Amino acid sequence: MQESLPITGASAQLRGAELERAMRKRWSKAPFERLIVLSLWLCGTVSMITTVLIVLTLAEETRAFFMEVPLRDFIFDTKWTPQFEPAHFGVWPLVFGTLNVLFWSMVLALPLGLAAAIYLSEYAHPNTRRILKPVLEALAGVPTVVYAFFALTVVTQDILRPLLGQDRVPIFNALSASIVMAVMILPTIASVSEDAMSNVPRELREGAYGLGATRLEVAFRVVFPAALGGIIAAVLLAVARVIGETMIVAVAAGSTPQITLNPLNSVQTMTGYMLAIGLGDSARGTVDYTSIFAVGSTLFIFTFCANVAANIIVKKFKEQYE
Amino acid sequence: MSNSVDLRPASTGQRAAEGTLERPMAQAQPGAIVEPEGEIAITIENLSLWYGPKQALTNVSMKIPARKVTALIGPSGCGKSTLLRCINRMNDLIPTVRIQGSLYYHGVNLYGPDIDPVEVRRRIGMVFQKPNPFPKSIYDNVAFGARVNGFKGNLDQLVEQSLRRAALWEEVKDNLKKSGLALSGGQQQRLCIARAIANQPDVILMDEPCSALDPIATLKIEDLMRELVKDYTIIIVTHNMQQAARVSDYTAFMLTDEQVTGQLVEYGPTEELFTTPKDRRTEDYISGRFG
Repeated sequence: MQESLPITGASAQLRGAELERAMRKRWSKAPFERLIVLSLWLCGTVSMITTVLIVLTLAEETRAFFMEVPLRDFIFDTKWTPQFEPAHFGVWPLVFGTLNVLFWSMVLALPLGLAAAIYLSEYAHPNTRRILKPVLEALAGVPTVVYAFFALTVVTQDILRPLLGQDRVPIFNALSASIVMAVMILPTIASVSEDAMSNVPRELREGAYGLGATRLEVAFRVVFPAALGGIIAAVLLAVARVIGETMIVAVAAGSTPQITLNPLNSVQTMTGYMLAIGLGDSARGTVDYTSIFAVGSTLFIFTFCANVAANIIVKKFKEQYE
Repeated sequence: MSNSVDLRPASTGQRAAEGTLERPMAQAQPGAIVEPEGEIAITIENLSLWYGPKQALTNVSMKIPARKVTALIGPSGCGKSTLLRCINRMNDLIPTVRIQGSLYYHGVNLYGPDIDPVEVRRRIGMVFQKPNPFPKSIYDNVAFGARVNGFKGNLDQLVEQSLRRAALWEEVKDNLKKSGLALSGGQQQRLCIARAIANQPDVILMDEPCSALDPIATLKIEDLMRELVKDYTIIIVTHNMQQAARVSDYTAFMLTDEQVTGQLVEYGPTEELFTTPKDRRTEDYISGRFG
């Protein structure tokens, strides 16, 4: 008969002090381990320090701006004419420029993007999805300057003006910028939302189908609420891109700061203004120069609030399925 | 009734002969597949199913009695879950699936060209292996089916009745707004049963409903099944032979062997199948010789 293999090895025979020694932490491994931890710590710290420095610079220049221009004027004045006499520094026309483009691009992109996500996640055949999703995501790779001139030439000249009339559509208008902006963020909304929906467990879908729900009911009553956290994240990502997008609005939306949500007006956004002044010859320390930072701070406050609001919404409405 | 399949002996004989021409089949023992007495809820005829090129069911024919518990048993991969999912057309959700044969529910072919699977599932409810309450409140879970099916009536009452029927009401009546996921596993599964009942189905399919539960929760579900079977036809897939023996009136034994995947080997009253199996393979399985 073959001798059976001993089940317990030599290491299982150790007892007492020997066993304790064998089970101690091995410091020979430590230097390499510590090096890794240190380098990871460095990477994290560098990005944190950078962020802090950016905020500090922004705050310092903004403070300089408010030494010259009272905060009251910045908030309550309704005109933004820093380079004319008399100079006005009411920030709302620029804020409305941004809101105008944000509003209309969301009106266009949200329904389309979410519909695309629901189609891809709930209706499309796996093969269709395998082809469509990368194609959609490729849209996100188009440089924004291409979108910008597409807005100015094709959208405004070839589509909006023939459609709505030469005299009603100025050459620079918020609508053309909003339309291409919608095209630009569509893949972000569709793709990130689709990921969130695809991650909803199959059991939940089956449960709903088993109760006689149609595909549409499963999508809207089960999958959509369960994926809401991811969907809001997708929308927020898109909002951040629209607010921060510079090239498209600088080229296509115009440079007329005004308080309006009419998409057929020529507007100037916060980023558009910053680019226009940043490219010009305003000397360091002038009000023109520091106004860029004041507007930048405003932009920062807006995105920050949007982030916080989204976090609260997600916490409140997300249906946890784990 | 031109659509229904002729059951005269000559015809079935012919069918079997055609089968033998195509390829040799492991025949069920004569008399191993019994036709139950009383009202029949579901009639399965020569049902075969493929997932892509892979066959999962081969020529299953059986009649499932109304208001009885019918258990489908067999080793892993024998096709019992697949067969169960055919009954409410759950397999339709898998893109590559192909089905042959027919499946009648009170005389209506569920795979007829004009049959809407959504309507099938409203009448034939399902409880799954893993408790899968929606991430919604207990109330909304139970009301879900009623809401999607356009229920016009007292929703509060329906929710209460369904929860009572599922023996869960006393435990949750003060917390109907709480998430269904906050319940214990056994409670979640009873919530899923309540959810199915609220749809006022005729048949309830249960796919290993106790496999994720502890023994006490399992007993509760089994008691519940005995209680529900007074009004509903219950078909249960189980790995647990003791469970099949405890709760079912009829038992079907399925098997995948070298020649045939997903075949029905033996089907009859539970007591007979467990005490005097007619097929050698059934005897081997229930006496624990394999599987």
